[in-house]
Amino acid sequence: MTKKRPIIPPAPRSALLPKCPTGIQGLDEITGGGLPRSRPTLVCGGAGCGKTLLAAEFLVRGAVQFHEPGVLMAFEETAGELNANVASLGFDLAGLVRRKKILVDYVHIEPGEIQESGDYDLEGLFVRINHAIDSIGAKRVVLDTLEALFSGLRNEAILRAELRRLFRWLKAKGVTAVITAERGREQLTRHGLEEYVSDCVILLDHRVNDQIATRHMRVVKYRGAMHGTNEFPFLIGENGLSVLPITSLALNHQVSNERIATGIPRLDAMLGGRGFFRGSSILLTGTPGTGKTIISANFAHAAARRGERVLFFSFEESPNQIIRNLHSIGLHLEPLVKRGLLRFHSARPSLYGLEMHLATMFKEIAEFQPHVVIVDPITSLMDAGTDSECKGMITRLIDYLKGGQVTTLFTSLTQGGHVLAQSEAAMSSLMDSWILLQDFQGNGERNRVLYVLKARGMAHSNQVREFLISDRGIDVVDAYIGTSGVLTGSARAAQESLEKAAVLASQQEAAQLEREVERKHAALERQIAAMRSDYETEAAELRRIADQVGTRTIVLGTDRAASGRLRQADIKAPTSPQVSPRNRKLPA
Amino acid sequence: MKTKAIRSQPPHQSPFPPPVKAGNYILRLFVAGATARSRQAVLHVRQTCAAELKAGCQLEVIDIYQQPQMAQDHQILATPTLIKTYPRPVRRFIGNLLNLAGLFAEAKPELAAKPVL
Repeated sequence: MTKKRPIIPPAPRSALLPKCPTGIQGLDEITGGGLPRSRPTLVCGGAGCGKTLLAAEFLVRGAVQFHEPGVLMAFEETAGELNANVASLGFDLAGLVRRKKILVDYVHIEPGEIQESGDYDLEGLFVRINHAIDSIGAKRVVLDTLEALFSGLRNEAILRAELRRLFRWLKAKGVTAVITAERGREQLTRHGLEEYVSDCVILLDHRVNDQIATRHMRVVKYRGAMHGTNEFPFLIGENGLSVLPITSLALNHQVSNERIATGIPRLDAMLGGRGFFRGSSILLTGTPGTGKTIISANFAHAAARRGERVLFFSFEESPNQIIRNLHSIGLHLEPLVKRGLLRFHSARPSLYGLEMHLATMFKEIAEFQPHVVIVDPITSLMDAGTDSECKGMITRLIDYLKGGQVTTLFTSLTQGGHVLAQSEAAMSSLMDSWILLQDFQGNGERNRVLYVLKARGMAHSNQVREFLISDRGIDVVDAYIGTSGVLTGSARAAQESLEKAAVLASQQEAAQLEREVERKHAALERQIAAMRSDYETEAAELRRIADQVGTRTIVLGTDRAASGRLRQADIKAPTSPQVSPRNRKLPA
Repeated sequence: MKTKAIRSQPPHQSPFPPPVKAGNYILRLFVAGATARSRQAVLHVRQTCAAELKAGCQLEVIDIYQQPQMAQDHQILATPTLIKTYPRPVRRFIGNLLNLAGLFAEAKPELAAKPVL
């Protein structure tokens, strides 16, 4: 992690105070390059805030990274104790002592043994420091904790005069010194050492907020140099101290146009068809049980299947529990874990403070070099700190990840009812994409819907979609949106069947009409046929009748003529029948 | 309490071990350079030894400028420092050693009984 730190560009030496890099992560950034070279620096703070460790790390890093041997004058701890204490930070002090990179001189003061008698000076201490410096060619000196002298020697007037002389002498000697001192009640140090060390004063502080302790560091004074004046959280981890400056990072990340799929094709479709941008930050908010973990696991699965490394920070469930639970929706994560593509990191949010969480996350990220990071859920971490601390932390995390083009998915648990809680509103400005998961209650059931609230730099769907979680995974389906609102779940199914029934009914109706028409047509045809046959019968009848009538008329005429002739009547004999058959009513 | 007990009882009846012989005293005086203060300290120690311990004592004067390692080995902070390494207990006197009361407490109980001013 130390290698990644940007190198401070050298300034013209005549103009600026020469600095002595500490190598402590972040401290060089806030002090603009390190402690003032060849001058004493006072590190003060209460018990247990890391003064000795800071001083020891200054020496060790100086010896290892900057090839500047160092002397540690220990007034409180013996060499053996110091070795053990700094070994917890992964520093091999004993080894450095053997290689003559560091010299530890334990200054033992036994007040009970000492009887003061008249005038004296601290030349003994001077000679020891001088001897130590000269024997290894030291450039750095740590005096931890000089104030032990005040408990051993009673003549404060002599002591103060000698301390003043000591600091002057250290300056003249050209060594960069770190002097640790206990925090006083009304002044920076218990014995007012800040009076003598006026070049650089760093104040350490260990505070407990809501039962969670966080260490802070502040550069109270730095003569002749620009420095960060804020209070910076810092922590003591396995690799020493790390100060985490919030404001030291600039907004100048590289951006990528590459898009990565979410593992849910329909969700990709909602995001302009191609998913999220690589290196973007994604927020997934939802009330409890809306499927945040499942969607994020899907995302993780898809990324790991593409061969990308995924780091999954889980603050709610253990890795095994996540793997087991995702089995139920047909997502098999353990082969990916075995192949080293997916790594879980589970920790309870209350395990340690926010800063420690952040540092552990940084460490994991630096180690694993993931392409995708999932934090599930980020809201758990909010319990570990105040809102502003949290926002600061998330800002730093996002900045750090964006700097490395890592795509990050945060899930956020919202309370039912007010989805857009204030903390989220604050957080959302840091996020590039925001997907909201919600549940709809009604008709005695609860259904999940999702929509894209924002997606910077891409066209995205404005629709609310319902998504179903089944043993085959996640399926995003269209929700019905009508005048009565969004229909989901069985209401949607009912609506679907209702529509199906309607279609069926109209189909049936059409068929019925068709049949009716046919029937009518058939009836018509039948009628026509009947009429035609009637007509034909009638016509035949008429013809028969007409024939009959004709015959009869002739017969009648002949008959009349015959009878007239018989009666001698003067009648005109008809020549042809006059009556048209149609004018006569025919017998039925 | 302790001083009272010593005063009321003759030395041979003391529950404490009998005083060691004066010649067994081992003293080390650490000084820083040949300053006036150093010389003063050496002088005072010599005078006191001569006055209090007739048989003399083993006095070693060490200049820490010459032997800085000795300063570290003997945990010297202030100069001048007189260390009485034997007899026990180890005592350290710092300063110009004008008042060395208590140095020979084991040899002269009545000296130790005097209030130290």
